[in-house]
Amino acid sequence: MSAEPLVADHAHDVSDHGHDPHATTTGLSHTKLAMWVFLGSECLLFGGLISTYLLYKTRGNGRTLPTDVFDIPFTSVSSFVLLMSSLTMVLALSAVSRGEDEAGRTWLLATALLGGIFVGGQVYEFTSFVREGVAFTTNPASSAFFTLTGFHGVHVSLGIVMLMSLFVASVKGKLTQRNAETVEIVGLYWHFVDIVWIFIFTVIYLIPAD
Amino acid sequence: MSDTATSEHSEPDTAAEHHDTEHAHPSDWAYVKIAVVLAVITALEVFTYFESVVDWGVALVPSLIFMMIVKFYLVATWFMHLRFDSKLFGRMFTAGLTLAVGVYLVTLTVFEFWV
Repeated sequence: MSAEPLVADHAHDVSDHGHDPHATTTGLSHTKLAMWVFLGSECLLFGGLISTYLLYKTRGNGRTLPTDVFDIPFTSVSSFVLLMSSLTMVLALSAVSRGEDEAGRTWLLATALLGGIFVGGQVYEFTSFVREGVAFTTNPASSAFFTLTGFHGVHVSLGIVMLMSLFVASVKGKLTQRNAETVEIVGLYWHFVDIVWIFIFTVIYLIPAD
Repeated sequence: MSDTATSEHSEPDTAAEHHDTEHAHPSDWAYVKIAVVLAVITALEVFTYFESVVDWGVALVPSLIFMMIVKFYLVATWFMHLRFDSKLFGRMFTAGLTLAVGVYLVTLTVFEFWV
């Protein structure tokens, strides 16, 4: 029977965001693996919503289409804000992994703030669309558009709730270097929401409808 | 913000591929550089919207899709650490992504989206 390299394992705990590689059958964090499987399944959800919009985007029933009222400069700024929130998220993980709790809290808060700006922008966009005659039930195109972007907005909002939970946990001293993996898992969700928007921004907003 | 690399990328454990849990992450400065690249690509994407400046012609859609894929790849590999983590994580995600792309390309084809 071989001797266990105890010292090396303990060092490993910290370098791997607190996950003990010998605690699971795969040597990997099952929580993190579960998050990746979940994100894989989310591709199917958003794929369905995006495909539905693509199929319905020209079905206006003689009324105004979402593409007629797009405000690309405004949405570009929102997209940039969400993209930069991915940077602050990864900086939060980096700080917590190094044991810099104060910096970690700052970056978590910055990420939640940027996410809040994005959601606020989406609410503004939705209300301006309604004012211009494009509501949820106006036509199949608008229903598909609001469903897709609304689902994404809900995902971002849930991400903000998770980020704020991490922030509160950190303030209470319950989020430290040893359980930085929790930050990493929330970060994976956050980055996924970002890459979904990267896709939506190009396919729905930038590629011409005709 | 730390300017020093926390660790360098290490090769996976050859003895047990699924055991390559020790993922080295890049420095904060590397993340900032990736974010700058993403911002520049986004600016280029938005630039295509203003047709009065440059007429992209038939290159517009392929260019936009190419830039989108590059952004997607950079976020997934650097910010989500797929470049540094166990391959199993990437396979789980790629399986879902590939299935989604396949299923919905077929769906769009069935509904004559491309016609």
